[in-house]
Amino acid sequence: MAVKSVIEAVREAMWEEMHRDEQVFVMGEDVGWRGGVFLATQGFIEEFGPERVIDTPLAEASIMGIALGASFRGMRPIPEVEFADFLWPAVNQLIGEAARVCYGSDGNLNAPVTIRIPYGGGIRGGLFHSQNVEAYFFHTPGLKVVAPATPYDAKGLLKSAIRDNNPVVFLEHKKTYRLVRGDVPEEDYVLPIGKAEVKRPGQNITVVSYGLMVHYCLEAAELLAAEGVAQVEVVDLRTLKPLDTETVLESVKKTGKLLIVHEDNITGGVGSEIAALAADQAFDYLDAPIGRVCGPDVPTMPFAQTLEDAYMPNTQKIAQALRNLAAY
Amino acid sequence: MTQLTNQTDGHADGIAADISRQLPQGITPEDLVDFYRRMVTIRTIDERIWMMNRQGKVPIAASGQGHEAAQLGSLLAAEKDGNCFFFPYYRDLSIKMGVGLTPTQVMLSFMGKEGDPYSNARQFPLQGADLEHNVIQTSNVVAAQLTQAVGYALACKMQGDDKVIFVYFGDGASSQGETHEAMNFAGVHKLPVIFICENNAYAISVPQRMQMAIGDVANRAEGYGFPGLIVDGLDLLASYEACREAINHARREGPVMLEMKLERLMPHTTDDDDSRYRPKEEIEAVRGRDPVAAFSNFMLEQGYLTEEQQEEIRAQARRAVNEATDAAEAALPPDASNLHNHVYAP
Repeated sequence: MAVKSVIEAVREAMWEEMHRDEQVFVMGEDVGWRGGVFLATQGFIEEFGPERVIDTPLAEASIMGIALGASFRGMRPIPEVEFADFLWPAVNQLIGEAARVCYGSDGNLNAPVTIRIPYGGGIRGGLFHSQNVEAYFFHTPGLKVVAPATPYDAKGLLKSAIRDNNPVVFLEHKKTYRLVRGDVPEEDYVLPIGKAEVKRPGQNITVVSYGLMVHYCLEAAELLAAEGVAQVEVVDLRTLKPLDTETVLESVKKTGKLLIVHEDNITGGVGSEIAALAADQAFDYLDAPIGRVCGPDVPTMPFAQTLEDAYMPNTQKIAQALRNLAAY
Repeated sequence: MTQLTNQTDGHADGIAADISRQLPQGITPEDLVDFYRRMVTIRTIDERIWMMNRQGKVPIAASGQGHEAAQLGSLLAAEKDGNCFFFPYYRDLSIKMGVGLTPTQVMLSFMGKEGDPYSNARQFPLQGADLEHNVIQTSNVVAAQLTQAVGYALACKMQGDDKVIFVYFGDGASSQGETHEAMNFAGVHKLPVIFICENNAYAISVPQRMQMAIGDVANRAEGYGFPGLIVDGLDLLASYEACREAINHARREGPVMLEMKLERLMPHTTDDDDSRYRPKEEIEAVRGRDPVAAFSNFMLEQGYLTEEQQEEIRAQARRAVNEATDAAEAALPPDASNLHNHVYAP
């Protein structure tokens, strides 16, 4: 097994799927000769040609709408939005249209589109290159939402997303692209959408997270173990929608304490739903109030280092919340 | 652009189409009678639907009265071609029914009953997908269908299918940003898309002069690198001829925009009262520009149908619509247990 970065895993997944199925194609801004702003499609236009690697105008509504229309014909488009922050013009086609296609046609029609969205902060991106957009899609029936944290998960889940017959919002945390490396098998494999994974087992506290924050949670868990304070179980959701309630509840029932960590704004975020889930279905098992370490309710992390640091959850903030829970 | 020729601006004429002329290439008298039947049946059901709304039996309807000739002319051209696909909008009853839905299917849909072929009564009438007849209309959001139609055309091209895609929209939707994006992309990739703007001069209550600073939407096509033509949308044969040429052009060279100048004979929907924003004289004048009356006169004057034959066709349509109404009234709405079905595809 080779050690690869998240961006390499993403590239490999698309490369292999495009070789496997000629209905798969990529489209977006700069995906062609530029190879994508993060080089996710580097070498693709040389390999697959401009018919299947389409450089589009800078117009996100049509990127999503055209991909959706192509999917009605059985194609499996992978539209890319360069940054989550630029997604908003495409939201009509994604939330308004794609999410309702199957339901709104009583199953006559479906939309096998995987929209890839680099998202998230901690990279000095400021208000318009750092946004977390997951809550809007998490709220929308008809969409699936995937947010992997590791190269292995990114590759296996992206391949599943491309083969899925529904619109999948595939969220790639920009900071993980080159920072996070890990083992990725050479052979073809897929991971099921809708399955969380316990990334670190523990007995005392459950921490539920996804994306970049999973890595900070793992570091915090190691800190607490080293301090002898608690054995923390880290649940990586991997898929936000459909939510793997079973894995979350199983862990919470085992540990009796729950911390939820995400970078997205706290109010109305994914964590709110997980807290409601635990309160509803694991109330009798809880030994402490449910904790959340999340982005504050300001519109995205600002550009200045001080302000960005103040916004971002990090290992220390998570560790402190875990200590508080352990002491409760 | 050698084949396509610009036609008369219907709005400027003030009369509904001088359509006495020789039959266009490829059209037989039987075709005319066939499309006359469809047109009469569609008008009959359209009027019935409005009446049933007033009886509280149809929750909402957008009438297509005034748009029939433009839509059916395009359908005739598409049928003659044999390899076309349709992305209509909510005022396109003549497309959706014209392609082959029965009056009963239409009535089931308008009454929100089990058996609506588009969405099984999840959506407003005749919205969703009727793939059996090559029609998709996913939503009510104006102009959302344009980028989708362009994507569909792109997919056909990638798959080696030389299908031509018809996408329909109103003058209102021409203001949407997605309209620009769709036409721009179609122009760049020379996709076989025919953009049909059914310009009835009103976006609900807002007149054209408040929607745009120009008189003809078709002029915008030049900015996207493809031809835009004005067509008398009250004349079925004018629509047919323009669409036939547009199909040939689309397949060879890429997109075409056809601006069909026509009239909205009814308020925007059954929930609208057009007397609040349209002068009485204008509403009366518009009634005199009825494409169904014009086509009836044409058929009579040219000797394709006698008055007696026309009356028989109208009587058959009334009977068919009566039967469809009875069948739909007797039908059940979908069972509540359907609520959770098809949120996701398997």
